[in-house]
Amino acid sequence: MKAFAQLFTSLDETNKTNEKVKVLKNYFNCVPDTDKMHMLALFSGRKPKRQINSTQFRTWAIEASNIPAWLFEESYHVVGDLAETVALLLPDHGNSSNKTLTEWIGEINALNNMPEVEKHDWLTRSWAMLDAQERFVFNKILTGSFRVGVSQNLVIKALADVAELDAATITHRMMGNWMPETYLYEELVHTDTALEDVSRPYPFFLAYPVQETSEKQKSPEAMQTLLGNADEWQAEWKWDGIRAQLIKREGEIFIWSRGEDLATDKFPELHALLHHLPDGTVLDGEILSFQNGQPLSFAVLQTRIGRKTLSKKILEDSPVALIAYDCLEYDGEDIRYKTQTERRQLLEGLQATTPYPEVFNISSLITFKSWDELAEIREQSRAMIAEGIMLKRKDAHYQVGRRRGDWWKWKIDPLSIDAVMIYAQKGHGRRADLYTDYTFAVWDGDKLVPFAKAYSGLTDTEINKVDSFVKRNTLEKFGPVRTVKPELVFEIGFEGINKSTRHKSGVALRFPRILRWRHDKPKEEADTIETLKALLGE
Amino acid sequence: MLQKPLLEFTDKGIYCAKGNFYIDPWQPVDDAVITHAHADHAYTGHKRYLAHHLSREVLYYRLGEIQLQTVEYGEKVMKNGVEISMFPAGHVIGSAQIRVESQGQVWVVSGDYKTEDDGVCTPFEPVNCHHFISECTFGMPIYKWKPQSEIFADVNSWWRQNVAQNLATVIVGYSLGKAQRILQNLDLSIGNVYTHGVIENTNEALRRNGIVLQPTHRITQESVKEEVRKGIIIAPPSSVGTPWMRKFGPYSFGYCSGWMALRGAKRRRAADRGFVMSDHADWTGLISAIDATRCESVYLTHGSTATFSRYLRDIGFDAHEVHTLYGGEEEEAPAQSASQPSPEGEGFEEKIPVKIAMEALPPGEGLGGAAL
Repeated sequence: MKAFAQLFTSLDETNKTNEKVKVLKNYFNCVPDTDKMHMLALFSGRKPKRQINSTQFRTWAIEASNIPAWLFEESYHVVGDLAETVALLLPDHGNSSNKTLTEWIGEINALNNMPEVEKHDWLTRSWAMLDAQERFVFNKILTGSFRVGVSQNLVIKALADVAELDAATITHRMMGNWMPETYLYEELVHTDTALEDVSRPYPFFLAYPVQETSEKQKSPEAMQTLLGNADEWQAEWKWDGIRAQLIKREGEIFIWSRGEDLATDKFPELHALLHHLPDGTVLDGEILSFQNGQPLSFAVLQTRIGRKTLSKKILEDSPVALIAYDCLEYDGEDIRYKTQTERRQLLEGLQATTPYPEVFNISSLITFKSWDELAEIREQSRAMIAEGIMLKRKDAHYQVGRRRGDWWKWKIDPLSIDAVMIYAQKGHGRRADLYTDYTFAVWDGDKLVPFAKAYSGLTDTEINKVDSFVKRNTLEKFGPVRTVKPELVFEIGFEGINKSTRHKSGVALRFPRILRWRHDKPKEEADTIETLKALLGE
Repeated sequence: MLQKPLLEFTDKGIYCAKGNFYIDPWQPVDDAVITHAHADHAYTGHKRYLAHHLSREVLYYRLGEIQLQTVEYGEKVMKNGVEISMFPAGHVIGSAQIRVESQGQVWVVSGDYKTEDDGVCTPFEPVNCHHFISECTFGMPIYKWKPQSEIFADVNSWWRQNVAQNLATVIVGYSLGKAQRILQNLDLSIGNVYTHGVIENTNEALRRNGIVLQPTHRITQESVKEEVRKGIIIAPPSSVGTPWMRKFGPYSFGYCSGWMALRGAKRRRAADRGFVMSDHADWTGLISAIDATRCESVYLTHGSTATFSRYLRDIGFDAHEVHTLYGGEEEEAPAQSASQPSPEGEGFEEKIPVKIAMEALPPGEGLGGAAL
């Protein structure tokens, strides 16, 4: 655990990519292989099962730190991170632990089914054995909120260097459903065992936005400059559902979401079509709610995401189907090296012979001759329930991760509305103790109705200004939330809008974010609820 | 009949009506008693100043030609029958708690203070009183400082490591207080100490006041970059990320502040190293200091006033939250980022307060003495 806590500290102490890779390599070189696998699991979001729930964790931390519960909560609001709060509040006993990461996680897993009193004793004992930094990392593992300031790509790059393998291979072998207890480091880095797991998905190829960071649209001329001739590109609608990889190998089927969650059970409608595919087939596509052959908005799909059990009613109200984009494995062969056009032909062949065409759709190609023409077609995106257009170079291979060059997403402008900030709440992590989470409202007569929360879109400098405004213009405090004097106006962008019975305003927005601070607008000139609802009509 | 309180909180500062003087006023007044020379306590524009003699040169340097009377710790000054004396606050060189007594009633204004002896300024001394007006910048239990010997062992080993890797070392702390505390604890066998002009001006003022500091080299146009890079540079927060600082690159940059205790604040500063080092008392320090005064009532002027006063009431103190302009608004300090540093200070030490902070107060609360 010492080495792991030190890794965490060292990663925090530098903002330079090269330094971070160096720190990671150091770590890999000095810990046992089982620790490496546990570290990889944690850094790629495979956390151990939660054995101590949040209430127990808080209660026992309050007890061990010997402060009143309200003071614990106030401390938490300032720190913005539960694991860190507890690490700071507990008394320091001047100890430090020699147990390895593997041993600690072993102990955590052994808590399963233990009586509460034993969990309590174990936790209190463990806290006393650790120094503050170790306690912080330990709490992170325990509470499952494991986010580090380092991307999985960097971890893989460091590991690839240490293991003398290429990063794409490691990325692929890190995919899927493995547990650090059973997946050995030798298996991960040993060449022959790469494809043994029949469930293992390929790393997703992800597109970059054509607009890059700016919200400004690209003209057809700019598209020509960026991408070259239109005839080198294939265009499809950019569907707004759940990106997924569907696998049929050795008679078994697997559906993976892009977040590397195994979601086979969540989409029973797709099982038959998968079973009918030949063994050794892997498809890339989007899962959407469909009705009468028409895709529905993401809001409909959302009603069934995250449910543990799918009731009959949900399956009836929000049935799903697949829109296939690509074929990655054909007849047991990894065909990611083939061109977009070649893969597309194989995909069309598979789709043409399916007895389940109502759930096995193929993403239709858009016919266009020039960027001008495509720009015009793109205007119909909202009517198509699409987010815009996907562009794929006809001779592109299927690559690993988010790459510039061969796949681009050309999204439509977000919808936008000018709104007044009325509530603010402190953020977390890097934004802890700063008011960064805002609630926005529009006018309904002379009242302001809240309709959206947004966290992102402002620069650090702007955040500091808003933070200072919030602190000086607080009207009321409700726990962590402050009601602020309605004064600041922001342009809020969003991808979609739907009716909602759960929200006071009667609407729910998709991906709301701050586009800009409207210093030029007094609050009286912010938009009204009527303007907002008019956007529903489309 | 109830006795009128000796000190009251007004919109100009802490006021003694009987003695007709203010303590750390933020609006121009005739008579100002100053706890220490940081800008949120020592404002310009008063007719007469009274301060500790070790604040003299820094006050002249910062405020120009002022009419200043200075005293030793423990020395008594009478103003309209009210006795004023100063006691060490341990915050920065020359910082004092102000003790005010009249007709057996004793009030103490802490200014800013820390309870750990930093070896640079005269250590904090608790003063018995009936009413204690205290800061509580770090009045949350998440703030617990390590002994400074541990922190400086880290600082020196970090410096040594940088030298070995041919990295310049820049350590950041505000110019009055932190800078001298860092300077006095550096291991000069590693290399020379170079200072930013703002810091060296303060050092010089302190030396004029008779303070003996370790040798420093002011960074000027003539400084040889390669030499400076082998030493350590002490710089104020305002220099972070400026071309002045960048020209010494590649460097490792360390930030010394109590706010560094939180990971979020540290990450926002984008410092390579955050040293948790403060000239304010931590949670335990605050409670022990307040307890040691054996006061009947305690008034919290700035910092986590709401939380801290509630806790003090929980454990049996008669504690009140009062609103002042010290330290800017309570939670403001950590909001500063590297991209927009405050002119100086631990994020707030030397900030000019804004009128709106007062206007935002609900009527009757904080000002005038509803709390008294």
